[in-house]
Amino acid sequence: MTSLDELYREVILDHYRNPRRRGSLSGPHVHAEGQNPSCGDEFFLDLAVEDGVITDLAISGQGCSISQASGSMMADNIVGKRISDVREITRKFKIMMSIEDGDNPVDPERPGSVLGDLESLQGVRKFPVRIKCADLAWTTLEDALDQTTE
Amino acid sequence: MIDLSHLRGDFPLLEREINGYPLTYLDSASTTQKPVQVIDAVDTYYRTINANVHRGAYTLAAEATDAYESSRAKVADFIGASHANEVVFTRGTTTAINFIAYGWGLNNLGEGDKVLLTVMEHHANVVPWQIISRYTGCSLEYLSIDDGFEVDLTTLDDILDERVKVIAVSGMSNVTGALGPVTALVEAAKAVGAIVVVDAAQLVPHVPTDVSQLGADFVAFSAHKMLGPTGIGALWGKPDLLERMEPTEGGGEMISDVQLYESRWAPVPHKFEAGTPPIAQAVGFGAAVDYLSKVGMADVRDHEQAITRYALDRLADIPDLTVYGPPDVERRGGAVSFQLADIHAHDIATILDQYGIAVRAGHHCAKPLMRHLDVPATARASFYVYNTTEDVDTLYDGLIEARTVFGLT
Ligand SMILES: Cc1ncc(COP(=O)(O)O)c(C=O)c1O
Repeated sequence: MTSLDELYREVILDHYRNPRRRGSLSGPHVHAEGQNPSCGDEFFLDLAVEDGVITDLAISGQGCSISQASGSMMADNIVGKRISDVREITRKFKIMMSIEDGDNPVDPERPGSVLGDLESLQGVRKFPVRIKCADLAWTTLEDALDQTTE
Repeated sequence: MIDLSHLRGDFPLLEREINGYPLTYLDSASTTQKPVQVIDAVDTYYRTINANVHRGAYTLAAEATDAYESSRAKVADFIGASHANEVVFTRGTTTAINFIAYGWGLNNLGEGDKVLLTVMEHHANVVPWQIISRYTGCSLEYLSIDDGFEVDLTTLDDILDERVKVIAVSGMSNVTGALGPVTALVEAAKAVGAIVVVDAAQLVPHVPTDVSQLGADFVAFSAHKMLGPTGIGALWGKPDLLERMEPTEGGGEMISDVQLYESRWAPVPHKFEAGTPPIAQAVGFGAAVDYLSKVGMADVRDHEQAITRYALDRLADIPDLTVYGPPDVERRGGAVSFQLADIHAHDIATILDQYGIAVRAGHHCAKPLMRHLDVPATARASFYVYNTTEDVDTLYDGLIEARTVFGLT
């Protein structure tokens, strides 16, 4: 596979073209906004939390396929999970993407077993200038999670 | 079509390979590559002349001062200024416009006064005026863009009155390539006694420009967009305005006398050049205008129009591709912004980069224009003397490949 094919995997294009959980929440929620000023990508997140569990979320904003797909996959992945588990997923994601140091948590023998669809974003690592695109949703998520514990 | 392909060999960087492909550099609106003539001039300056200017009594210092001042004369000559002293060296277009906004604006604008801009301005010709409006209470007004991507002059009469003190307009948009209506705005300004500031960052490098004919009061441009070094640009101003304009920066070199509580400024242009200036860059700037003069700006313009026409034709053959800019090459320059289907501009840039093609993607420091066009980002190809129709063909192939990568056939 060429690095372009690895970058623009079908599942990424699918999430880009059919983003999950778009919109905004009306009930009680926290709101966080992330921006990459150099490229203009925007990611807005509404997050509803009850008893330490993410019960609902909605995303809005616009940007490149990587930033939007990363956010859409994140949304799919974290709803219904405990905040502590979501923080662990965030950590694993950031290690997988070489944003944080650590041993790659992904099991090459069993693709998708650790982070699901999100593992398809690994191709981005070969494009260092685009890693911040993949990271935008997660940094925004961390901001939202920090608000829930305040 | 004028053949400038012999110039290509002057640009060592264009020999590079990127990701296994020969570089196709299509981002000259951002910054241009440098010919050996400019690189050598800077190199020779550092190897043989380097000293501070306007200070020493020794030979080297005199030679450095000569080199610096003769570059000023070359730049002045290049834009048709009647005297070298009408050219102030600045850090670039941005600094030049800030010098006008602070040096002229702070002292001449007040509550009720208006600064008239256009929606297609680069942030460099927006933000300084916003800052000055906060200090002075003046307000900002905008001319919009019409469906043909050109400045809409139909509202001009409604906006124009004697409270308009400044009209600041881009000579050529770095996004759409549209030429700004400088002549019409100069006429309008005359009627109400406003001054006209031309952001010529994209004009002077690409279109023969004669400030003695233009009718503007201030013209700002950057060396790095016209084959010269980064870190230097020029502010041309009418002599009486430069005379009355206050310096924005104070320090060494810009004074004729300093006492404990007050100082007197050096004569124009040095009162605007505080501190040690970018001397080697000025020398490189001089070499760049020498180079462009030798090619001839009329030929530069012809060449770019031909390439732009060719590019617009070829891009029109690509399905789902939208160009944001005037179709008529008489009314535009060589910055071609576009969107392709639902492929985000950054994804286009990443895909093209895999084939060695460098294009810019994003908002191009023109967010008000992007909002007006209702696009978050565009990809932009832009051309200069060293580009060829083959470069356009390579771009075409790359864009077809981008469609394939995104599953569009
Ligand atoms: C139209 C226009 N104005 C102003 C600028 C700012 O120029 P500089 O960054 O060299 O100061 C640019 C360059 O990006 C430009 O294209």
